Amino acid sequence: MFAYCADPKALEGLAWLSCYLTSGTHLLFYASFGTVLFLLAVTAPIALLFGFGGALASRSHFAPLRWFGKIYTSMVRGVPDVVFFMFVPIALDQLFEYLRSRVSCDTSVPVRQGNDFIVCEAAKLPRAASPEWVHDSYGMFLAVLAFSIVFGAFAANVLYGAMNAVPRAQLETAEAYGMTRRQVNRRVLIPQMWSYAVPGLSNLWMILIKATPLLFLLGVEDIVYWARELGGSKTSAFTYPHPDWRLYYFLAILVFYLLMTWASERVLSRVRRRLSLGQATMGGETLRKAGA
Amino acid sequence: MTCAEAITNYALRSIGIGERLLPRTEFDLCTQFTLIGSGLIWNVYFGVFALLIGFFIANGLALAKASPNPLLRKPAEAFIFVFRGSPLFIQFFLAYQIFVLLPRSGIELFGITVATGWLTKAWAGALIVLILNTAAYSAEIFYGALQSVPKGDLEAADAYGLTGWHRFRRVVWPTMMRLAWPAYTNEAIFLFHATTLVFFSSFPAYAQQGDALYYGSFFADKTFNPFVAYPIVAGYFILLTLLLILLFGVVNRRLNRHLPGAARRIRYRPQLIR
Repeated sequence: MFAYCADPKALEGLAWLSCYLTSGTHLLFYASFGTVLFLLAVTAPIALLFGFGGALASRSHFAPLRWFGKIYTSMVRGVPDVVFFMFVPIALDQLFEYLRSRVSCDTSVPVRQGNDFIVCEAAKLPRAASPEWVHDSYGMFLAVLAFSIVFGAFAANVLYGAMNAVPRAQLETAEAYGMTRRQVNRRVLIPQMWSYAVPGLSNLWMILIKATPLLFLLGVEDIVYWARELGGSKTSAFTYPHPDWRLYYFLAILVFYLLMTWASERVLSRVRRRLSLGQATMGGETLRKAGA
Repeated sequence: MTCAEAITNYALRSIGIGERLLPRTEFDLCTQFTLIGSGLIWNVYFGVFALLIGFFIANGLALAKASPNPLLRKPAEAFIFVFRGSPLFIQFFLAYQIFVLLPRSGIELFGITVATGWLTKAWAGALIVLILNTAAYSAEIFYGALQSVPKGDLEAADAYGLTGWHRFRRVVWPTMMRLAWPAYTNEAIFLFHATTLVFFSSFPAYAQQGDALYYGSFFADKTFNPFVAYPIVAGYFILLTLLLILLFGVVNRRLNRHLPGAARRIRYRPQLIR
């Protein structure tokens, strides 16, 4: 990066370190922090949407939809999320390839042959001839989907609980005004639900932050991948030889996560405060008394 | 291979008893059920010991965090912040690196050489991380419960002339447990689920002796079929979770036995709060 970095072997001390920390692979390492933030930014809204759908589905009056909602919301309760992170990407991948193979392959050839899963070249996802970035973004796409499905189920739990926590009297009042079920949902239930949902959702956000290193298990080149890659001892064959420094790289990641959770906690406590204003809850009552 | 053979070969494979080689070509349901079930031994081992030891540390930490003395409070707060604020996955990696850096020949302590090699093994190293992790989470739960012990209880204890240790042991601590128990049940479930991470962080599975998810992903990799192995893992964990809820429910009833209606089965709604 710097002009004096042309011959790293001749450098020492701080100059060496400044060159080392700005090498090409390190820039990729720093970019992977962006990957984590990107995952958070994309997953959180999608998961919230899935959760919203799941919670509404499990309150539905249409039985099959309700069963689906109930199964979706309860699936994360007894099963470790790691199992889903391992299962969902490969299952989705096979599902997509299977569906494509039914369209563009010879359908008389079975997809499962013994211990193999084989689809013809045309149905492969991503295509072997595709450029590198297509492979990478397909992996990331599967990862985002896996995270969204799992955290959607978590969110559905929280939102379902919040919907049940809205005082029944408020809904009955709305019904007494002659509102239909849809109107009650849209005008009373959903606006009122958020203040009950915020503690659960903010807790969920913290869990989501702390689940992001699992991207490594999904084969995405994230911060854990680069920390292992860069930290491992490098012999003098490399431009920047050094002993095993993985400890320091993992310490840096630890600090990154501590900062993330610390900052989130501060923001979320302000949101919680803002949303409990004027609510018939303990938090709201405290705020009312403090104001009076 | 018949089912009985699979069971004799693989039922205790995860702790090194039985067939040395993992199945290569035959991946029938029986083999999968047996081997994944044998992996569950590790999950139970990690979960039970981490909970048991972590419980005592968590009590101490909660009391330290509630202490007016900053020399006790600050370290406890820092410990809880670090372990609750960072991902368990990273804690595993970091701990493994620290344990690896310890000198192989052992550390001289007061003239005695303390061996350190065992710390890099999963059974010890990962267990230590899990103990510290669950201690931090549980300490936060216990601390919250300690802060919500009703004032009336303390005044009643004062009126009876209970002070110091007696007051803590007979009034404060039981109430604290009572208040914390539902959340602590939840933490226990999370902990058992977290044990699946051990063999996916740096800790090596010695001689392919891994946990349930380790064997689950082994089968999924070999058969290219995630729709059998992972549901088996999930099924085992659902059973484990139900068992945990049952056991913790028994303790909960014992804690609340003096309250009217406590004999009734408590309807347990698992929370997803950690």
